[in-house]
Amino acid sequence: MYPAAFDYHAPGTIKEALDLLGKHKDDAKLLAGGHSLIPMMKLRLAQPKHLVDLRKIPGLSGIKQDGNVLAIGAMTTHWQVESSSIVKSKLAVLSEVAAIIGDPAVRNRGTVGGSLAHADPAADYPAAMIALGAEMVCEGAKGRRTVKVDDWFKGLMATAVGEDELLVEVRVPILAASSGASYMKFPHPASRFAVVGVAAAVTLDGKGVCSKASVGITGAGTKAVRAKGVEAGCTGKKLDAATIEAAAQKAAEGVDVQADLQGSVEYKSHLCRVFAKRALTEAVKRAGG
Amino acid sequence: MAAVASDRLFGKSIKRREDPRFITGRGQYVDDLKIPGMTYAAFVRSPHAHAKIRKIDTAAAARHPGVVAVFTGKDMTGVNSLPCGWDLRKEKKIPGVMQDLAIVPHMPLTSDAARHVGDPVAIVIADSHEAAVDGAEKVQVDWEPLPAVTVTEKAAASGAPKLHEGAPGNVAFKWEIGDRAATDAAFKTAGAVTVKKRIVNQRLVANAMEPRACVARYDDATGELTLWVTSQNPHVHRLLMCAFVLGIPEHKVRVIAPDVGGGFGSKIFLYNEEVVCSWASRRLKRPVRWTASRSEAYLTDAHGRDHVTDAEIALARDGKILGLRVKTTANLGAYLSTFAPAVPTFLYGTLLNGVYAIPAIHCEVTGVFSNTTAVDAYRGAGRPEACYVVERIVEAGARAAGMDVADLRKKNFIPKFSGAFQTQVAVVYDSGDYGAAWDRMLQMLDYRKFRAEQEAARKQGRLLGIGFSAYIEACSIAPSKLVGALGAGAGLYESGKVRVHPTGMVTVYTGSHSHGQGHETTFAQLTADKLGIPIEQVEIVHGDTGSIPFGMGTYGSRSASVGGTAILMSLNKVIEKGKKIAAHLLEASPKDIDFSGGQFQVKGAPAKAVPFGAVSLTAYVPHNYPEGLEPGLEETSFYDPSNFCFPFGAHACIVEVDRETGNVRILRYLAVDDVGNVINPMIVDGMVHGGIAQGVGQALCEGAVYDGQSGQLVTGTMMDYAVPKADMLPMYETDRTVTPTPVNPMGIKGAGETGTIAATPAVVNAVVDALAPLGVDHIEEMPMTAQRVWKIIQGAKAR
Amino acid sequence: MKLPVKMTINGQSYSHEVEPRLLLVHYIRETVGLTGTHVGCDTSQCGACTIIMDGQAVKACNFFAVQTDGANIMTIEGLAKDGELHPIQQGFWEKHGLQCGFCTPGMIMSVYQMLERYPKPSEELIRHQLEGNLCRCTGYHNIVKAIEWAAEHMPAKK
Repeated sequence: MYPAAFDYHAPGTIKEALDLLGKHKDDAKLLAGGHSLIPMMKLRLAQPKHLVDLRKIPGLSGIKQDGNVLAIGAMTTHWQVESSSIVKSKLAVLSEVAAIIGDPAVRNRGTVGGSLAHADPAADYPAAMIALGAEMVCEGAKGRRTVKVDDWFKGLMATAVGEDELLVEVRVPILAASSGASYMKFPHPASRFAVVGVAAAVTLDGKGVCSKASVGITGAGTKAVRAKGVEAGCTGKKLDAATIEAAAQKAAEGVDVQADLQGSVEYKSHLCRVFAKRALTEAVKRAGG
Repeated sequence: MAAVASDRLFGKSIKRREDPRFITGRGQYVDDLKIPGMTYAAFVRSPHAHAKIRKIDTAAAARHPGVVAVFTGKDMTGVNSLPCGWDLRKEKKIPGVMQDLAIVPHMPLTSDAARHVGDPVAIVIADSHEAAVDGAEKVQVDWEPLPAVTVTEKAAASGAPKLHEGAPGNVAFKWEIGDRAATDAAFKTAGAVTVKKRIVNQRLVANAMEPRACVARYDDATGELTLWVTSQNPHVHRLLMCAFVLGIPEHKVRVIAPDVGGGFGSKIFLYNEEVVCSWASRRLKRPVRWTASRSEAYLTDAHGRDHVTDAEIALARDGKILGLRVKTTANLGAYLSTFAPAVPTFLYGTLLNGVYAIPAIHCEVTGVFSNTTAVDAYRGAGRPEACYVVERIVEAGARAAGMDVADLRKKNFIPKFSGAFQTQVAVVYDSGDYGAAWDRMLQMLDYRKFRAEQEAARKQGRLLGIGFSAYIEACSIAPSKLVGALGAGAGLYESGKVRVHPTGMVTVYTGSHSHGQGHETTFAQLTADKLGIPIEQVEIVHGDTGSIPFGMGTYGSRSASVGGTAILMSLNKVIEKGKKIAAHLLEASPKDIDFSGGQFQVKGAPAKAVPFGAVSLTAYVPHNYPEGLEPGLEETSFYDPSNFCFPFGAHACIVEVDRETGNVRILRYLAVDDVGNVINPMIVDGMVHGGIAQGVGQALCEGAVYDGQSGQLVTGTMMDYAVPKADMLPMYETDRTVTPTPVNPMGIKGAGETGTIAATPAVVNAVVDALAPLGVDHIEEMPMTAQRVWKIIQGAKAR
Repeated sequence: MKLPVKMTINGQSYSHEVEPRLLLVHYIRETVGLTGTHVGCDTSQCGACTIIMDGQAVKACNFFAVQTDGANIMTIEGLAKDGELHPIQQGFWEKHGLQCGFCTPGMIMSVYQMLERYPKPSEELIRHQLEGNLCRCTGYHNIVKAIEWAAEHMPAKK
């Protein structure tokens, strides 16, 4: 309950933050919402010598529509996403995902950027960002670059953000017409993290045939993944119950399922399939199918 | 003995008088205390489940800035083991002992070996929390890891790693109750249906919301030690620590349990930490403070339950129960906690009759040591384990006999009685009308309607189920001579002192302790009623050995029944003395004085009266006063009950199982309880609600799990161990029947543990019922996580 | 190396020099001396430490005091005004929404936000919004009743 000692920095600009990261390297950790990092520090599982708090840097939070994309600042809190009228009207599924992260107090401070940079294998956003085809914007000394979500999650709590970079924005495309998306999750009874979480987004053509299916799975493996097998089972087909069921059978493919007290490999793989089916069913309904 | 004179407040749901400080954040919990010159302690604990201690090097820690002292077990010379307060040895003529209790050492800081993860080996004391924790990290312990055993069924297996020299094969004791021969014969009855099931009652962590804490302050000028500690029984703490462990004079120690944030049994016991802090404070002559972190509490608070049982039931063709045979292995953990041997023996085997007329019962229990946290009483303490076995095996028996589970239960109820019912397992029930509570529950439920709904749901492929629990339990512990003969090292009476002040205000000192039970309200209701004074004129004091006569504390649902009766006795004595004073003032004879509505009056001449306040003033200003009568108006009583009391009732739970995930959702939960008379219905309802939640928690989501290889506690934080949250529980539908107990004058049986005892089997039986169409007739293990239920469904489909 | 922090708590300004690693809940409890906010766990699960910071319910155990420099904080001690209980406090009292009282301050502060955001919450919403607050004593039944009572008795929003 008493973290190890550290030096605290609250830089006023991105450049200052990056300079601190460059100077202290592995000894430094960024502090965003703090609701993943600080619990680890209290148990002394993390003992950074330098904490770089991002709270004073202007311009890192906020949600605005930029063309057909929602641009979400990395320091935007889950509550801001949950309660945003823009999100609720343009990309309601994202509000729904935010609303079931953690608990109300956590949602007031946890940030989108923090969640995506920390990449806890059981976090909720990763699945949704995959399904929605988001892009992450990183800023470094050399300027900004954009990373597609499919290139973002590298491994267990490892992402594409460079050591000398800051995740500054997440850009999430608004769903096209005749599209629907849904996120369904099986929560851990104690931590309420996703034992398995599946986000599905589908687009239907004029004849009710699926022209695009995008499915992200979190919780069961060491990182969130795109369920390519499920997507292939949907694209070009009419998504009736039987088709969805068949497509969902592929949900555990490519997931490096980790067994723990909550589930064996067999059970968690099964949950992937169940929740893929449920998320797809709801997504199809919302797409008007 | 006269019962309460007026029912102005007895039986009324008045708001609690203690709430104002809690709802405004002005409670005084141990961690809130600020003592000048306070030092802060951190304990160095074993990261291994089992390891020899070769060497402890404290030099670097002692040098750390801010560290005042570092002590190990070797420094604590002249200090004894933490005592076990319950004996099971044949030479003491304790009934049922098959193999004597192995009384093994339990040093406050172990020096030879660590026997569970978290076993403390050193204390670091510093001038700040941070320095203490930083310093503790610098203590170097040279460990020699040893093989460990944590699994209950493997602890006493041949070849299991040995924990204690004095406990070969890790057997702590063997004990039995009942009639083995009669039971064996019952199972051989021609035509009997016999069912045998394995039933596991998993280990739990109490998780009171306030972690354990203490502040020990030794005053060198007076030689007095004050210990503030999160205790359910401060006198017991004082006696055990002074007389058994530290060898310091009891009258020079004051133990204060201020506001305490829940206990559920886990704060009964004398723990290493407060003993070491007390010893250290005397050594350093400075106050020493320690508060557990939650993960530390997981490793060190006594755990609960952890039984593995083979239960068998024999039924006649018509469904009458012929016999019950139970064999249990009880995991006691690495050491003997304060009451540990009593929980799986006399608080367990004696409840196996349940509410049923079972003619033959035999139970055998083997207690085992393992490299896990010590196990002791947790809400219900042995009775939930017993009720779980009975209600699960009766359920299985009913299904095997092809009978409706509700009908079979009712068919076997002990008929209504008042007086006494001698069970097959030593105890004598006090009063009971099991059928009445049961019928009321079925009525609230509308049982037939539910079965019709279930039919319809099943046709749609939905898995809907109902589970029952007809429970009884033994509480209001306990007659001292009786428990003494069973091995208790203590009496189980309670104290109550009533001090009337000259102005007619009243302070009541109770040996009971409130850590959520609301005694400041209920005991004040009782007192105000009896003395006919406004409740504002009454104050209840608890939790301080400095002002309260020796009491045994609060657990085992004993406060209203035992603590309350002690207070009642003193109130009666006060009134008797008051009558003498009033008689003198009214120039009458004491036998002609009535006391009612706060007035002492002459029988037949109510105008000749003096109020309570006039009598109290006279007692302290004894000018016009009876010859030979001492001044003052204060009385102390110690009440030793003549028997346990036996609350009972009927609970029902309706669940729906998600076929695809195995997730269990509670749709309805009903409880009809008979706790005898009730002082404050709102408070008793609250006890039932909280108890149900804990029982549901055991059934659905709780469980302390050790890794079988490493011996690490895998469920070591609140992120891993699922304490029930609001969104997994329904509103409870509750009612009561009232069958007063003849054991105490107020007819109160006790209510604090009923919900926990009843709920667990009700929930599990409901899931069995939900899965019955798939051929499931029993579930061996808990918690019934989604995965476990899903596996059962897969297994059933495969058959 | 200590850093200066300044915060407003219950309308009063506090300035101290603190170690960066000092958690906000320890700052409030030990440095400032307001012990109504409690510590019940070490993994940010239990909610006993919930306070209102800059208008939002947050877990005080999950911040460093240096992080909350400049914040406007309300703890349980600041809820009653001029000795008059807030309807939430009154509701917990009326409906027996507490037993040992340890989870209660954090519970009440969470409910403060809940009723601000959802003035007429359903039972389902109440239970969902209490996900971050554990109670081991009450089984939550009377806490739900207390919140419903409070919702009925909140002053009308202007």
